[in-house]
Amino acid sequence: MSSILEVQNVVKQYGDYTALNNVSLSVPKGSIYGLLGPNGAGKTSLIRIINQITMPDSGSILLDGEPLQINHIGHIGYMPEERGLYKTMKVGEQCLYLAQLKGLSKTEAKKQLEYWFEKLNIQGWWNKKIQELSKGMAQKVQFIVTVLHKPKLLILDEPFSGFDPVNANIIKDEIIELNKNGTSIIFSTHRMESVEEMCDYIALIHKSNKLLDGKINDIKKKFRTNTYQVGILSTNVEGLMYDLSQKFTMKQTYFKSLNDELKLEINLGNHTPNELLHTLSQRGQITHFVENIPTINDIFIKTVTNQ
Amino acid sequence: MNKLLLIIKREFIAKVRNKSFIVMTFLSPVLFIGIGVFVGYLSQMKSEQKKIAIHDETGKFVSKFKTDSEYKFINLSTLDIKVIKDSIIKEHYDGLLQIPNISNNLLLAKKIEYISNESPSVMFVSKLENTIAKELTNENFKAQELDTVKINKAKADVNISLAKATGEASVKGLNELKIGIGGAFGYLIMMFIVIYGNMVMRSVIEEKTTRIIEVIISSVKPFQLMMGKIIGTSLAGIIQFLIWAFLGLTALFILSSVFGLQVGATSGLEAEKAMKTAHAVIGSDIKLVLTELFDLPIATIIIAFIIYFIGGYFLYSSFYAAIGAAVDNETDSQQFLLPIIMPLILGVYIGFFTVMNDPHGTIATTFSFIPLTSPIVMLMRIPFGVPWWQIMLSILILFGTFFLVVWFASKIYRIGILMYGKKPSWKEMYKWLRY
Repeated sequence: MSSILEVQNVVKQYGDYTALNNVSLSVPKGSIYGLLGPNGAGKTSLIRIINQITMPDSGSILLDGEPLQINHIGHIGYMPEERGLYKTMKVGEQCLYLAQLKGLSKTEAKKQLEYWFEKLNIQGWWNKKIQELSKGMAQKVQFIVTVLHKPKLLILDEPFSGFDPVNANIIKDEIIELNKNGTSIIFSTHRMESVEEMCDYIALIHKSNKLLDGKINDIKKKFRTNTYQVGILSTNVEGLMYDLSQKFTMKQTYFKSLNDELKLEINLGNHTPNELLHTLSQRGQITHFVENIPTINDIFIKTVTNQ
Repeated sequence: MNKLLLIIKREFIAKVRNKSFIVMTFLSPVLFIGIGVFVGYLSQMKSEQKKIAIHDETGKFVSKFKTDSEYKFINLSTLDIKVIKDSIIKEHYDGLLQIPNISNNLLLAKKIEYISNESPSVMFVSKLENTIAKELTNENFKAQELDTVKINKAKADVNISLAKATGEASVKGLNELKIGIGGAFGYLIMMFIVIYGNMVMRSVIEEKTTRIIEVIISSVKPFQLMMGKIIGTSLAGIIQFLIWAFLGLTALFILSSVFGLQVGATSGLEAEKAMKTAHAVIGSDIKLVLTELFDLPIATIIIAFIIYFIGGYFLYSSFYAAIGAAVDNETDSQQFLLPIIMPLILGVYIGFFTVMNDPHGTIATTFSFIPLTSPIVMLMRIPFGVPWWQIMLSILILFGTFFLVVWFASKIYRIGILMYGKKPSWKEMYKWLRY
């Protein structure tokens, strides 16, 4: 699959401080790509370089196979983490202005605006000033401004912050729909649930370095611990423990359930799940059997703290 | 449409639509005239009549003081001086003029006293002095056996009338008029630079605090945004000035038609005829002033004002924009603003003190070339007539400096708009120049 965005060996320094240290990554076309990292990791620096707000000291960026150039601005939609609109300007005028700055003609911008205003059900806001709107309402306008010019690549920095759950869901659905229609999306966020839910790919940046990147499932497989959570009702607990200890390592664990069963976390070692199931079924009633799949949150914390 | 044009348009509309702009544009001329009229009215107003007691032991002077609407002179020469002094303390009288009985006039002139609770005005004291001096002089003449009638006849009264080489009559006080007009325009340009420069700064800070800046510079270059902002705001300033100029000229034409002066037809002959048929001396004086006004290089002044406004404003607003980008809020901007205001104030001082005395002297000429002061100083010099090459050179230097400054300013601007949270030092801003 070809990439919508290719970041190659990008270095950015501010004085003595290195914001990005030889970072390379590739965002596949049509994907939702999660850009993760703690505060101050260099995410915003990278996003600003992609948006041509700043220039890299070295390295190159390809958008859709071409080196980044000024007219690519119209192909990228960027919603910064710190949202901002002119407070005293009317919603309609403001959107028109920002769309025209992205290179849309006035008539085209108007057409798109009408479409989006109707879609998000805010037709009545055209002549309202931003300062008259609530924060959540302003966020909707901000989202429209970001996607109005039909960008190929959408960069959203913490897209759900500031939305109430209802509006966050509306925006999430819009993002997914845009993605289905071919827009590639980069998410920069700390909110791991939304990454888990929406992203196909992730990259983790920490202290100016990229620590890992790739398909989310591949990364999860890499971080797999081969452990299973098991619940079993047994009359002979000692016998069961003896049998298990012959082949596996285990420890007691806790999870919510309806029964008062024995709860274990069992590491398979180099045995198969079937062998474990076999051993368990001989000694009691299995109520729970599930693989411990690492969450992005686990991976994030593990990778960052291991550094 | 070109992005720069879009930004200019937005900034212009944002400024012009602002309520304070509309109010300023139409209210401030009214306010100015209103204040002028009010001050004029106040100075015309008669204050309460003051009662002045006179204790004249010689009896020679008391009759020379004539009571008028301002001062009432009361002869209290027969009363004891202590009693009068008491009544002054009790504020029955505003003042006491005490003339002792000394026959030697030279000595007497040194011994006259004026006693009051409040210190009298300079005008009043000199009025008293003149009255007594006149009487004493007359006595001296008589003592020397001089014929006062002949002396009065021999006195010459000279009133030099001013004229230009072209032969037109001129009024006295023309230089004052030129200084007034030059000063007004110079001051106006300073006000415009400060007001509109501040607008640029505030608008930069606004974009920073509302955080829209990142959205915009992901669409346009910071330099485009800065220039668009500066140009758009300057257009608003020019519009405001043109409206004022239009209102002012209209008022001038109305005034001139009221006094029956035909603009453009003020040939020497007609002016002379007008002089001869003048209904009143005052009327003809006003006519002359108006004629002089129309003879001033008004077109040059207005064009020069616009050019110097653009140049000076561009120069200064680049500083303002850089400062706006460097700080997070207006309070932090103060320490950076002082060095900007200083040359402007210097320009106004030089204009009012040096240009008035010697419009084409070394100091005035030098400062009309230095770009930070030239918009003000040169504009004050123009009514006195400045050679074309000087104006051209000064404008050239001004715009050359602007391009240099805007280059530096854009570097600070570019970095500053993305910096939050800390107040930068001069050293830090210098570092930004080299990023």
